[in-house]
Amino acid sequence: MIPDVAPIVSLREARRDYALGAERVHALQGVSLDVERGDYVAIVGPSGCGKSTLLNLIGVIDQPTSGTVTIARKRVDAMSDREATSFRLHNIGFVFQRFYLMPILSALENVALPMAEAKVPAEERKARAAELLAYVGLSSRQRHRPSELSGGEQQRVAIARALANHPALLLADEPTGELDARTGTEIISLFRRLNSDGTTIVVVTHDEDLANAARHKVHMLDGRIVDA
Amino acid sequence: MLAVLGVAVAAAMLLDMVMLATGMRESFRELLLSQGFDIRLAPKGTLPFDTDATIPGVSAITSVLRTNPDIREISPVLGGSIHIPVGALDVSAAVLGIDPTVQGDYEFLSGQDVTTPDAIVANDYLLQKLGARFGDTLDVAAGYDPQTRTYSGQRKLVLTGKVRFIYGATEQPSAAVRRETLEAMGGGARRDRASLFMVRVRKGANPDSVRNWIATEIPNVSAISIATAIAQVDQRLSYFRQLAFILGAVSLFVGFLLVTTLVTVSVNERAGEIAVMRAIGVSRAHVVQQIVVEGLATTFIGALLGLGLGLLTARYLNSILSAFPGLPVAIDFFLFQPRAVWSALGLLIVSGIAAGIYPAWRAASLPIAESLRREAIA
Repeated sequence: MIPDVAPIVSLREARRDYALGAERVHALQGVSLDVERGDYVAIVGPSGCGKSTLLNLIGVIDQPTSGTVTIARKRVDAMSDREATSFRLHNIGFVFQRFYLMPILSALENVALPMAEAKVPAEERKARAAELLAYVGLSSRQRHRPSELSGGEQQRVAIARALANHPALLLADEPTGELDARTGTEIISLFRRLNSDGTTIVVVTHDEDLANAARHKVHMLDGRIVDA
Repeated sequence: MLAVLGVAVAAAMLLDMVMLATGMRESFRELLLSQGFDIRLAPKGTLPFDTDATIPGVSAITSVLRTNPDIREISPVLGGSIHIPVGALDVSAAVLGIDPTVQGDYEFLSGQDVTTPDAIVANDYLLQKLGARFGDTLDVAAGYDPQTRTYSGQRKLVLTGKVRFIYGATEQPSAAVRRETLEAMGGGARRDRASLFMVRVRKGANPDSVRNWIATEIPNVSAISIATAIAQVDQRLSYFRQLAFILGAVSLFVGFLLVTTLVTVSVNERAGEIAVMRAIGVSRAHVVQQIVVEGLATTFIGALLGLGLGLLTARYLNSILSAFPGLPVAIDFFLFQPRAVWSALGLLIVSGIAAGIYPAWRAASLPIAESLRREAIA
């Protein structure tokens, strides 16, 4: 079997403009970027430089005004909503600054949620969710609701949820932003372990420790990559 | 919780209005059917006991009616009033002259029925006013002149039993004697007259055909079948029904707006959560389904509470309204019928589904990236 050597993420001259009242905001101004399989990339830069916009394009939750975005050899920049939803479900895992777990579901049920959406059989998704919670060190907290978990534990549940459907790519937007330093360090270690186990990670962060843990850093300023 | 209570109040009001819209009609229908008489004959152009008018020629009318093989029983009833002196006081009461073997005007409770011409039975209210017991002899008069304090058509009658008048008004002292007794007390003016005929048709016969036959054969009476009586009552109650319909529609609309507003607020508050769900691959259809189910659940729980609350308030309001003077005791304004509950529940569920559609559409249309950016800024 020939290994897939094409970049898992490839952006070419991606631009993203927003209308802000009467003004036009140029959030991304012709960004080109490749992320290799198995890589761990941290996108850094000052607030408003376009980091999250870039992550949204890579995560197929937004589309570029112009340019191309290819993820796992598939052009995603002009997908319909239905195609993009299905693509995200099967190829991309998201971790956000706020954990956004479903408050009425247990940790296990939260992790199983994307698998239910992907119509994975109930027994299989229960086993996989338990396995993922064990991976993030929360075997004993399966039945707990989010309100019964600490911030760090909730973020680990969110990471387990992001991994549920074996995504090719894990995207994280300020994943340590709402955590204290010690809990943040635990999440950084978990990301490192995930990457060494083969998960491709792209993370947007202001956290220097998290950025330093990545294999590569991409610096952005005013909607452009200034140093990769 | 407040949302559920709000829906419960709207649901209670809706149920009450549905019960009110149909209650009096159904209650009246049940009342008419309760004694098994299918047709009433009243003086031409009137409803039974609507006026003091009477029908002359009871014997002749009875003979004509007996020629129709579809007619099983005929009960002529003569109405009027009586006066009974109790010490220095005059106690007046409504009275019915009936044939005890075919009467359908009262339920016999205790003692003996009016089996002899000098017997009188009374309702509880009259018995209390008279302070009389079974076996007491009463001086009963058909007329009383308050100026001269003189009685006319007086006769001694023996109190034999206690009855409950089915069509009697609330707190109306009432009595019944044999029709021939009341005719005799009224002198010549009441001889061979009746205020009403009640007619029972043979099983399997069509009451409307018999009614039409009576209308042709005895043109000086109004023949009223249960259907026509209900139609006439319907006509008189149309303002009541319209009011109930409007108030019911308003409460349904208020419930709808309440659920729509609350679910929309909930969607706005959870915009970030919904955007994340969409980001991790949850389809628009599932988001819509979830929000509609949320609206429906709020409506359903509120409706269940509201139906209980509605039944309690209906019972309370019914007790107030039924105490209005002049209304038959057996008439209910709010009549409990399973159909009314199902109708109210059905309307609420449909409105609950409709109420969830707008917020569900909003939730499904949320731009994911934009919502996440707003959440991050917030």
